Formats: sequence, structure tokens, C-alpha cells
Amino acid sequence: MIAFFFRKFDRMATGFVILLAAIAILVPVLNLAVPEGSPFHIPTYLVSLWGKYLAFALLAVALDLVWGYCGILSLGHGAFFALGGYAMGMYLMRQIGTRGVYADPVLPDFMVFLNWKELPFTWYFFDHFAYAVVMVVLVPSVLALVFGWFAFRSRVTGVYLSIITQALTYALLLAFFRNDMGFGGNNGLTDFKDILGLSVQAPTTRAALFALTAVFLALGFLVARAIVVSRFGQVLAAIRDAESRTRFLGYRVERYKLLVFVVSAAMAGIAGALYVPQVGIINPSEFAPSNSIEAVIWVAVGGRGTLVGAALGAVLVNFAKTWLTGMLPEFWLYGLGALFILVTLFLPKGIIGALTSRFGRPGDGGAQ
Amino acid sequence: MFRRFVILFSVLIGLVALAAAPIRADDASLVLKRLATDNYGEIEAGVAALAASGLPVSEAVLTALADSRLSYRPSDKALFIKDTSGGWIDAATNAAPAEAPSGLKSVKLNNRVRRALEAALGSMTLMSPDPMKRIAAAEAVFKSRDANTLAPLDVVIGKEADPVVKRYFEEARAAVLLLKTDAPETDRVRAAERLGERGDQDSLALLGSVTEANATANIVSAAKLAAKGIESRLALLSTAQNAWYGLSLGSVLLLAAIGLAITFGVMGIINMAHGEMVMLGAYTTFVVQEIIRTKVPSLFDWSLPIAIPLAFCVSGLVGLLIERVIIRHLYGRPLETLLATWGVSLVLQQAVRSVFGANNREVGAPSYMAGVWDLGGFQITYGRLWIIVFSLVVFFALLGVMKGTSLGLRMRAVIQNRRMAAAMGIRTPVVDALTFALGSGVAGIAGVALSQIDNVSPNLGQSYIIDSFLVVVFGGVGNLWGTLLGALSLGLANKFLEPVAGAVLGKIILLAVIILFIQRRPRGLFALKGRAVDS
Repeated sequence: MIAFFFRKFDRMATGFVILLAAIAILVPVLNLAVPEGSPFHIPTYLVSLWGKYLAFALLAVALDLVWGYCGILSLGHGAFFALGGYAMGMYLMRQIGTRGVYADPVLPDFMVFLNWKELPFTWYFFDHFAYAVVMVVLVPSVLALVFGWFAFRSRVTGVYLSIITQALTYALLLAFFRNDMGFGGNNGLTDFKDILGLSVQAPTTRAALFALTAVFLALGFLVARAIVVSRFGQVLAAIRDAESRTRFLGYRVERYKLLVFVVSAAMAGIAGALYVPQVGIINPSEFAPSNSIEAVIWVAVGGRGTLVGAALGAVLVNFAKTWLTGMLPEFWLYGLGALFILVTLFLPKGIIGALTSRFGRPGDGGAQ
Repeated sequence: MFRRFVILFSVLIGLVALAAAPIRADDASLVLKRLATDNYGEIEAGVAALAASGLPVSEAVLTALADSRLSYRPSDKALFIKDTSGGWIDAATNAAPAEAPSGLKSVKLNNRVRRALEAALGSMTLMSPDPMKRIAAAEAVFKSRDANTLAPLDVVIGKEADPVVKRYFEEARAAVLLLKTDAPETDRVRAAERLGERGDQDSLALLGSVTEANATANIVSAAKLAAKGIESRLALLSTAQNAWYGLSLGSVLLLAAIGLAITFGVMGIINMAHGEMVMLGAYTTFVVQEIIRTKVPSLFDWSLPIAIPLAFCVSGLVGLLIERVIIRHLYGRPLETLLATWGVSLVLQQAVRSVFGANNREVGAPSYMAGVWDLGGFQITYGRLWIIVFSLVVFFALLGVMKGTSLGLRMRAVIQNRRMAAAMGIRTPVVDALTFALGSGVAGIAGVALSQIDNVSPNLGQSYIIDSFLVVVFGGVGNLWGTLLGALSLGLANKFLEPVAGAVLGKIILLAVIILFIQRRPRGLFALKGRAVDS
């Protein structure tokens, strides 16, 4: 089983997993064990910030799996991410209990505010962590299954698919803005207190969440890699490069696409669930189509079809975003816009793709 | 019964008095003298007689009576009005008397007299020479449904020459009669029918208040019938109104999407910066208006005709630039083009935000765009009407370009089969560049129109981009008629869903339906038939 995940491992993949393992251990240690005055100390806010980047990196890996290896440019992956986040947010909301403003033991504050008398059925069982975890994976997967089943069966491809995935996340954006959906309307879910009985504000919890995110990123990477180096992954690449030819060779193209799409959605959902407790809020703006497109550029910057590049791109772009919006807020959109243009024009294979072809190292995927 | 008699009697007297015009001064004092008594019944009759007399002083006298400022001298029954400063005015001559009158008694009021007064004052406005005032008075009666106005209404209905005003009078009378339990059944049935003909929300409410408790079975059934008639009329009206709003939204979508349809059809690329071309057009309008406002304010009504060609040029040139610098390097890679143009849209948004600020900019409406045209409850705003007309003009102009010019011919050839067109000697890169400029220019024109109905802000384009894509994909690629049909059907569906499901839910339903539709027909309503497997 373990061997399956580490088949055909190259230096880059090994390096990436070791790096993730190292920071999963090192960052919490530098945050908790090193005294604050020391130059090696990492402040808690940075731990959460980098935890956020790693959650985005997991989303980017999920997106790279469908776009880089199967040619499905989803402009709606933010929807799966946000759904996972909402599932986690609902668990965190129910942990607030009587500590809310209205001190209702069962109903979250916004429901009391809306004068609701009982919990809607969508919120049942969300006080159990295990149930919430199941939902984090299940809800995005089921949506991806239904949506993908319709889309791939009728052979919606290329830009058409991109447009309807965008319409999907836009529809969800509008839906979650509604108060009567029962997910907090435009304020979303926030003001979390506990996760598994631990305060979400405590530095120890934050360090643990960071380590967990790094571990899940590594796991997501291993799963995605296992998929792309298998026979199944080779069929995916064939679909990406010549869909009709693959179909004529006798492969049930839509089944391959559907399976990889569902796996990717589940990964995006987990990324969202890791993201929410670290930033402390989830609201409908996570469904905004622009967020999903931004995730695509992370992958493009790092190098589509490389997995490591996707994660790298997510961290780099988001780091640049934090830095630029802090220093020169007006220039962030110029920078992001220029990034979109320059990367597609001059760096079609992304950073990793450019590096591997420059130094003649064997890439770990057929970047096109 | 006695009161009815008194009213009838006074009306008769009033009619006689009216017939005997012009009233001589001594007749006038005779009418006035009837108020100089302490018998309430006579005062009531006198009020009605005075109201019907049409005397110039009657309004002043009745108002004074209503305010308890009217007194009389028992010796010669002369009436005096106390003015606001405390002095006296002779009611008959409307002038101050030579010496202050003495031994005055005030004319007393009870509730019956008060009611008669209200009705009399109301009926006097019913006789105003200004038809608009008469209509307003009739509408006031319609709302108050005061039984005391019935008699004066009967009088004025007989006299009214203007058919429009007369209709209002009759409707007011019907409103009074309908709920008057002691009126004859036939009158009340006729009143119900009359209100049914009027057919508005007020009549419907009035008819709804007729029940077995206050009417006989005949009246109730007549009222129900009339109410049903009104309901179906109102339903028809709201359907027509929805259709109009839908048409209006559809025309906006058509304007926003039509440029996109051309570039998508010809080049097979999704231009995510299309919305920003619309925005540039809107800002061009703003700049044109600002210049006109400061330099030549008299030309303000011409600002839109001036802005249209300028917006076409501005957006078209920006489009040409984008095509030459970026898109031409990305042919054959539609997904990358999508990303690059998204980047362009971010840059353009931020550029406009830097230059013009993030706030909404005010674009004024020329005089011909303002105002409402009311067609019997069906309201058409001129702004919307112009935009519908304008969108159709743009559509047919573009259709003319596609069908009637050599550029259009080459564009259609490239849409059908790019490689074959190239083989026939068409320089496809030139066609691509011109198509992109044309599509962008048309988006700029759309921006001029949208500046009239939407906020001109850097985010203007973003709010239309997803809808425009859906229109293009729904209508089918490379077919302008498909875009027209797609835009109109989406607009109509949106506006008909709104009252049923609410604005947001309606939109969500529509998105879901389109997603399902695209999956049934992945190439849209009007798909071009080709033989390529991966077209």
C-alpha cells in the first residue's frame, strides 16, 4: 500500500514530501518552543498565514489534477473549496453553544436573529466532528459527481465546460447570499470558539492546524501523484491530448473524467475545511468566480501538470499578494493581471516546467 | 328617510336655482337667508341649496360655517363672517359692513349639518370649471365613499359634458352606491358592473368587501363577476409588464453579448475582458458628458449621439491593441487566452479605478430618455424604450455587416472553416484582428447604453460578463440570430421567474436550467453543423 504511493518517485517529489514533513515539525517547534525574543521564533500570526497558503496549495494540487492531467479547466473549484469550508464552519458554529451573543444552546446567533425556532435539517448532526468530516468530503464529491455526470456524459468540453463551471460557482454564490438558505447569508459563519474542545485562538491549536494542513497537503500530493503515474493517469493524459482518439480506442472517457473530477473536488473540500479554522471565517465571497480563476493562475504560474509546481505557485502568488496588498495596495491588481498575461505568454509551462526543460531534468508529468 | 327627502328637496331647489342663472342679487340674499336660523333641518337644507346655487360667495360662507365663524342678525336675517383678525364681513356683499353689527347669533352645527357641509364643499369642487380638479374631486369621493356626495354627484353627472370627467363621476357614484345598504338592488348591481369596467386595484378591493352581510345574493354575484373580470385584466396587465421588463433586460443582455458572440464565433476564444470594453464605453460617455457640461452645456442632449462613435473607437482600439499584443500569440490555445484576457480585465479595471476613482460616476440622462409613457396602467419608460430600439439597431447593423460587406463574408468563411478559408486566400490574422476590434467596439457602444441604466463604476463589466457568456453559449456560436433569441429568452425567463421565485432564486433557477440545457445541447440553440470531431 505504502509502496503504491511512492512508485516512480523522482527527486522533486521526494524533496517536496520531505520539505513538507520538515516544516510540519519545524514551524510548530519554532513557534511554540523557541522564546519570543529569539530570531528563530515564528509568530503565531505567521503560522496561521502560512497555514492558509498551504490550504490554498492543496486546492491548487486538486485543480492541477483535473486541469494539468485531464484538460478540464474548472473555473468553479472555489465552489468545492467553499463547500468543504462551510461544512467545517457549521461544525465550529455548533461548538459555540451558549457562548454566542444570544446564548442559545442549539441555534447559532444568526438563526436566533432571524427568529428561527429550530435547527434546519441541513444542520443536524453537525455537532459531531466525525459527521462534519464526512460532510467535508461528501458534499463537494456529490456535487462534482452530479455536475460531472451531466457535463461529461453530454461531452461538454473546452471553454464551454469552463463557462458552466463558472456559472455553477456563481449560482452557489447567489444562493449562499440568501439568508433563508440557513448558512448565515452574506455574513457567513464566524466567531468560532472551539475545535475538538481546543480554543481555535490558542497558539498550540494554530500550530497543530498548520502541521495538519502540511500533512494533508503531502497526502493530497501523494494521492494525486499515485493517480497520475498509474495506468489510469496515462489514460487521463491521453484524454487531455486527444479526447476523441482515446474514445475511439475504446476507453469510456466520461468515466475517467468523472472519477478524477470527484477526487479533485473532495481534495478541494478538505483544503477548504483546513482553511476555515485558520482564518476564522467563511462567507459566500469564497464562491466568487474570481477566486476560482485566481486558483487557476496559481497552477499556471507554478506549472500545470507538475503537481509540485501547482503547490509552489499557490504559495508564491499568495505570498506576493499579502506582500503587495500590504505595501502597494493599488498595484496588486496590476500585478495579478500582469501575472496572468505574462505567464500565459512567456511561461506556458510555469516555473517548474521552465526549470525542468532548461536543465534537461526529467519532468514528473507531461506538461503541455 | 326624512334626510333623504331633505337632500332630494334641496337638490331640486338647487337645480331650480341653477336653471335660473344668472342669479340676481336679491335671490342670492334669499338663499343666504335660509341659513339664518337655529333650526338644524333648515340649516342643512340651506347648505345644500347654497352649494347648488353656484354663488361666488357660497364657498366662503360654507367654509366659515364649517369653522363656526358664521353668524346672523335675527332682525333682518343678514349673514356675517368673522374673519381671522376678528372683524366682520357681510356675507351677501363680501365687504366689511359700514358699522359693526350687533346682536349677532352664531349659526350652530350638529353632526348632520357637518356631514351636509362636507358633502356640499366636496360637491362644489365637483363643479369646478377646471376638469382636472373635477376629476380629483371625483377620485376623492371614490376613496371616501361618503353617501352625502351622492346627490351632488347625480347633479353633476347630468350636467357634465366632458365624457372623461363624466366617467370618473359615474365611477365615484358607483363606489358610493355599491356599499350603500339602503340603495336599490338594481343600482348596486349596476355599480358593481361599473367598477368592473374601471378595473383597477381599488375597485377590486371595493368589490371584495361586498359580502352576504351587506348585500343581497344578486349584488354579491355581480360583484364577484366584476372582481373576476378585474383580476384577469390585472393579471394580463402584469404579464404585459413582465414581458416588457423581460424585453428590456433581454435587449441589455443582447447589447452586452453581441460583441462577445462575434469574437467567440470567429476566433473560438473567450474574451474575459469583454465586460471591461463595455465599461470603457460607459466611461467614454461620462467623459463626453463632463466635457459638454463644462464647455457647451447646450449640447447636453447630443451627448449620447456624440459618445456612441467615440465609445466604438475607444473600445475598438483597445481591443485591437489587446489582439495584436497578446491574443495573436495564443491562437489554438483557447484556455490560455481565457486566462490572459482575464488578466487584461484586471489591469483595465484597476487602471480605470486609478484614473476615475472607485466610486460610481454620474452619467446624466438626456431629456428624451426621461419620463414615462402610461398606456392605461401599462408603463413604458422612455429610457428603456430607447435602449430596446438601440439594441435592435445595433443588432441589425451588425447583421448587415456580416451579410453585406466583404469583411463579413470573410468572417463567415473563417467561422465555418478556418483552414479552408486560409487556403482560399483569406488572410485570417487580419480577419481575426478586425473581428476582435469590431466586437470590442460594439461592446463600447453597449457601454453607452448601459451607462443610462446602471452605475458607471470599474465593476460595471463584471456584472454582465457571466450573463453575456451564458447568452452566447445558450444561443449557439457564430450565429447572431441565436444570440438575439438567447438574450431575449433569458431576459424574459428572468423577469417571469422573478415574481414567482424572487430575484435571487429566479436567477439561480435560470443558471441551473442553462447548465442543464448546455448539457443537452452542448453547442447551443443554433449549432453550426460541421464534420470535425473536435470542433
